[in-house]
Amino acid sequence: MEGSPDQPPTDPEPDQAGEPAASAAGSGSGGVTLEGVTKQFGDFTAVHDMDLDIADGEFFTMLGPSGCGKTTTLRMIAGFEQPTTGKVLIDGSDVAGLPAYKRPTNTVFQSYALFPHMTLEENVGFGLKRQKVPKAEIKERVGRELERVGLSREAKRKPNQLSGGQQQRVALARALVNLPKVLLLDEPLGALDLKLRKGLQVQLKQIQRDVGITFVYVTHDQEEALTMSDRIAVMNEGKIEQCADPETVYDRPSSTFVAGFIGVSNLMPAVVRGPGEIEIADGPAVPTEDAKQFTTGEKCFAVVRPEKLTVSLPGNAPGDQPGVDGIVESSLYLGTSTQMAIKVADDVNMTVLVPNASEDARQHLPGGGAKVRLNWLPEHMHLVAESDPEEATSGPTPTDQITEGVN
Amino acid sequence: MSLRQRMTPYWLLAPGLLWLVIFFVIPMYYMGELSLKTGTVQTGYELTWAFSNYSDAVSQYSEQFIRSFWYAGVATVFCLLIGYPLAYAIAFKAGRWKNLMLFAVVAPFFTTYLIRTIAWKTILDDSSPVVSVLKFLGMAPDGHVLATSGAVIAGLTYNFLPFMVLPLFTALERLDERLLEAGKDLYASTAQTFFRITLPLTMPGIIAGILLTFIPAAGDYVNATFLGGTGQAMIGNVIQSKYLVVTDYSEAAALSFTLMAIILVALLVYIKFAGTEALMGEEEEAT
Ligand SMILES: Nc1ncnc2c1ncn2[C@@H]1O[C@H](COP(=O)(O)OP(=O)(O)OP(=O)(O)O)[C@@H](O)[C@H]1O
Ligand SMILES: [Mg+2]
Repeated sequence: MEGSPDQPPTDPEPDQAGEPAASAAGSGSGGVTLEGVTKQFGDFTAVHDMDLDIADGEFFTMLGPSGCGKTTTLRMIAGFEQPTTGKVLIDGSDVAGLPAYKRPTNTVFQSYALFPHMTLEENVGFGLKRQKVPKAEIKERVGRELERVGLSREAKRKPNQLSGGQQQRVALARALVNLPKVLLLDEPLGALDLKLRKGLQVQLKQIQRDVGITFVYVTHDQEEALTMSDRIAVMNEGKIEQCADPETVYDRPSSTFVAGFIGVSNLMPAVVRGPGEIEIADGPAVPTEDAKQFTTGEKCFAVVRPEKLTVSLPGNAPGDQPGVDGIVESSLYLGTSTQMAIKVADDVNMTVLVPNASEDARQHLPGGGAKVRLNWLPEHMHLVAESDPEEATSGPTPTDQITEGVN
Repeated sequence: MSLRQRMTPYWLLAPGLLWLVIFFVIPMYYMGELSLKTGTVQTGYELTWAFSNYSDAVSQYSEQFIRSFWYAGVATVFCLLIGYPLAYAIAFKAGRWKNLMLFAVVAPFFTTYLIRTIAWKTILDDSSPVVSVLKFLGMAPDGHVLATSGAVIAGLTYNFLPFMVLPLFTALERLDERLLEAGKDLYASTAQTFFRITLPLTMPGIIAGILLTFIPAAGDYVNATFLGGTGQAMIGNVIQSKYLVVTDYSEAAALSFTLMAIILVALLVYIKFAGTEALMGEEEEAT
């Protein structure tokens, strides 16, 4: 395989790493395109016919459950794996056969992959040294980067003398210091505590904006994905379920999988009554534009996010809003809000977030066992198809579907 | 209770220590004493603190000493040059053939060392096809291969190659391939990745391999006996003939101790220079 890291040592090839395209960060044109990329390991398909178009300078996030192919996708962009079929383009040109060290990408590895025989300084300076950056500049940039991740005092230590979180920060610094066109980050903040993570999130976003680096970011943390990204691709079993901006992914998930993966899924079974109306099972008919995507009589789910629902005792319910009846199962105080679990039907459970506006209002929330009514505004309701995981991804790309749905 | 716990390591050490005392310390003591005695087998030996045994050993046989270290050194270099790519291929490229290839490396041990070396004597005999080919290629100008330095070094290289390959394989096998990917990711070419990452991280294996090859090769006499001539005698041959042919036990013991001392000193120097640098990654403590 081209670019495999393990050629025998016999022919010291000329130094081709002298002028990797990466040194010209900020000059733009660091877009990444995947065209029908499939990756198979034996007869197992890790990535399935994936199309992606990541714009230059975009903060692009891949989100999905463990084993869905996020790392594999990053590895194909970085050049550690070759796609079984399909093309990877960086900066508009096909990078097939281009070894990793010639690609204008740097990776923050999920497993850190720090060099154990080098100090932090040497680790972070490794890429710059290979690019023949002058010594003084290396020293300065390495110093700056170590300071950014808060490890200046540890500069002379070896990786095995650091905690897991510290190692992760070194991995981040080691990639960032090169200011590549495309930075591939595989759960780069996963091992850090909340405070450090928030701090670095802000810094990463800042760097990404200031320098115009394209970020391809993998995370398990949906909140991180929603706050940082320009666009999010939600992946499942090697396929992209939905690829859109955070608001769309959150408010208008394209499938039950996406609805469930991002945020709490409040799924109410419904039937489409006509081009502009649905009927909630055991509930009211609700007018909605979304129904246009479905044929009359088709089954679907209505999604309403927890914070968009209001809870009231049956008598006080606003009559002009659609609503369903339910029974309060439990109530959980979360500080800024109270989370209530409400059973609407045998297998329909809804979660409601009620802001704790005042202590008085909180005291008056219906308690466990109370019969209540849930209401929402029609525009806060979104329809998703009853997926069948097979169907959720075939046909028109999720992106198209969603843009049609947005008005 | 706590005393018993503290004693546990010593109990565990006991069998090994006993073994060492019986089969190493005691014989060493007798050998050391013998090397300072004078006499013959017929008349018996007497401790006369005959340090002349040592000065004689060095002055009379310096040629064989130097030749031994030269041959062993060249053979070790060859073993490393052949062994590293071989170990590399087995560790990273062999796939499902890995175990078979490892077995192939060790398989020669199923035949005794002596037989294998004698087999090489036949293979390299003046009338053998191998030598005919070499002659044809102009690589055996005198018309024979046996009884040359090349034959002895080739024999040493052949016989000690597994001792080089196995520790190298272990070191390479342990190498985290993701580090090589990280190197590539950070603009290091294949060669740079090798010299900056693979080589330093497998240095412990290289050191072990060099020691395991060089030390026995320096004391070897079988290869020189069968594949060399009178001009290729190594110090092992001298010691062997002093013991078994001339039966000058004192001199033989003095020669053995001299050989041991030289190797020991060389070893310490080597560990000091090669060792600390190579093991730095693992060993250095926090400052
Ligand atoms: N070299 C390989 N050989 C065989 N299967 C592999 C290989 N690499 C990955 N896979 C499989 O491909 C699938 C996707 O793996 P990948 O590492 O991309 O998941 P991921 O989305 O990064 O998961 P995680 O969030 O746990 O890191 C997994 O089922 C994994 O077992
Ligand atoms: Mg992963």
